[in-house]
Amino acid sequence: MTDSGNVPTPAVSDAVVDVRDVHYAVDGRAIFSGLNIVARRGLITAVMGPSGTGKTTLLRLITGQIYADRGVVSVFGRDVGTLRGRELYATRQRMGMLFQNGALLTDIDVFENVAFPVREHTDLPEPLIRKLVLTKLEAVGLRGAAHMMPAELSGGMARRVALARAIVMDPEVLIYDEPFVGLDPISLGVILRLVKQMNDALKITSIVVSHDVQEISSIADYSYLLSGGGVVASGTPAELARSESATVRQFMTGSAEGPVPFHYPAADYAAELLETAR
Amino acid sequence: MSASGRTGLMEAVRKVGVTGLFFLRLLAACVPALARPRLIIAQIYNAGARSLIIIMLSGLFTGMVLGLQGYDLLNRFGATEALGTAAALALLRELGPVLTALLFAGRAGTSLTSEIGLMRATDQLTAMEVMAVDPLRYVAAPRFLGGLIAVPLLTAIFNAIGLYGAQLIGVQMMGVDHGIFWAQTQSALALKDVTEGIVKSLVFGAVISLIAVNEGYHAEPTAEGVGLATTRTVVASSVMTLLLDYVLTAAFL
Repeated sequence: MTDSGNVPTPAVSDAVVDVRDVHYAVDGRAIFSGLNIVARRGLITAVMGPSGTGKTTLLRLITGQIYADRGVVSVFGRDVGTLRGRELYATRQRMGMLFQNGALLTDIDVFENVAFPVREHTDLPEPLIRKLVLTKLEAVGLRGAAHMMPAELSGGMARRVALARAIVMDPEVLIYDEPFVGLDPISLGVILRLVKQMNDALKITSIVVSHDVQEISSIADYSYLLSGGGVVASGTPAELARSESATVRQFMTGSAEGPVPFHYPAADYAAELLETAR
Repeated sequence: MSASGRTGLMEAVRKVGVTGLFFLRLLAACVPALARPRLIIAQIYNAGARSLIIIMLSGLFTGMVLGLQGYDLLNRFGATEALGTAAALALLRELGPVLTALLFAGRAGTSLTSEIGLMRATDQLTAMEVMAVDPLRYVAAPRFLGGLIAVPLLTAIFNAIGLYGAQLIGVQMMGVDHGIFWAQTQSALALKDVTEGIVKSLVFGAVISLIAVNEGYHAEPTAEGVGLATTRTVVASSVMTLLLDYVLTAAFL
């Protein structure tokens, strides 16, 4: 296990996503300062961390929605920061992404949502599109909901439809943004099983951003823990669970006390109360 | 100029620049969007057909008011037979395009902005980008083209019903001769009057659709942000419609 994750990991030949020494700031506030993360082919890589550590920002960097101020984000061996227009779109076609809320298109039904990328990027005949979409919906257990509108779906169902849509173009990398947030235990179990299944059956490289430690640790092959603009620890879930680091222990056990403070930085409490009284 | 004044001016210039650049990108996206007429027709239905009732009702009442006021005014000069001409000219050149544009901004412009703004807030536009689908081409361009086509059509309907409303009051109620009403209207109208109305409605359609799509596309992805963007659409569209109406009227005279 690495406890000082800001040291770049050595280059690995089967890295599908390689984030190296990335710096990124918004309005002068540093989100990342020297971030290093590698997602290896065919594995489930978990990116964990408290809220506000830039987990979603990392996904936006990987998908080329934003660009790093410094450092390199490589996907399939190409620097995403240098890709524009068609090249960027061609790279994105090899990725799938599952959004936190599903992000289904609300004006078309479940079937059309899953068919959307296929219709946009291929000229497949209608019977073939139908078979493809029904296969993917069957894989997530929602073939029976093909003609429902997104507004009629529960949160867990919407996420499963979004997963079917994310895999319909057979991506090489599947990126999950907080896939377990706000789900009931049954839906959570279903999504967890699907993430693992997709990875095993389709040999998809998975990157899962989550702060649900127990759930993600049960399926991840390798985990990164982000905090303060970089990786504070990385290793297999078992290695992280054995960690002696105070930050890792606080996060893994969900303790309010530890290096990550309970209080947001503020002026002296007594001084502020007295000032108000005056 | 004070510092805050300078900042305000800079912000206004920046906004015009951003909108201008967005317009160019939108125009570029319109070319491939034309290959998907189904999406454009759906938007003509959404923005145009769904505005029909309000446009028809407003056209009828506007025409009826024109009939009443026109008859009263012309009666003072003993020229009531010119009622048809007066109503037709007012409708074709001014009231038709302007009122249709203002109603369109309130009815369809707001709905365009809030729809696109909510798509942004619920990550639908981002999802498209990640799926390598350009949301400008799939979402913005069809809505812009739909509005551009719908406004002149709605204006024509507004004018036709408005003229019928003026006839209803002038001929049926006030007793102006039916034949004279229509003959005078037909002979006094020139092609230029019709062209002026068509050009105005096309320009208003383009400007309102651009403002509505732009505001929605760049709305803050929050409930408050979408609400503010919708308000800005109505205000900016109305002001731009009246301002451009003056410019175009001056150009046609």
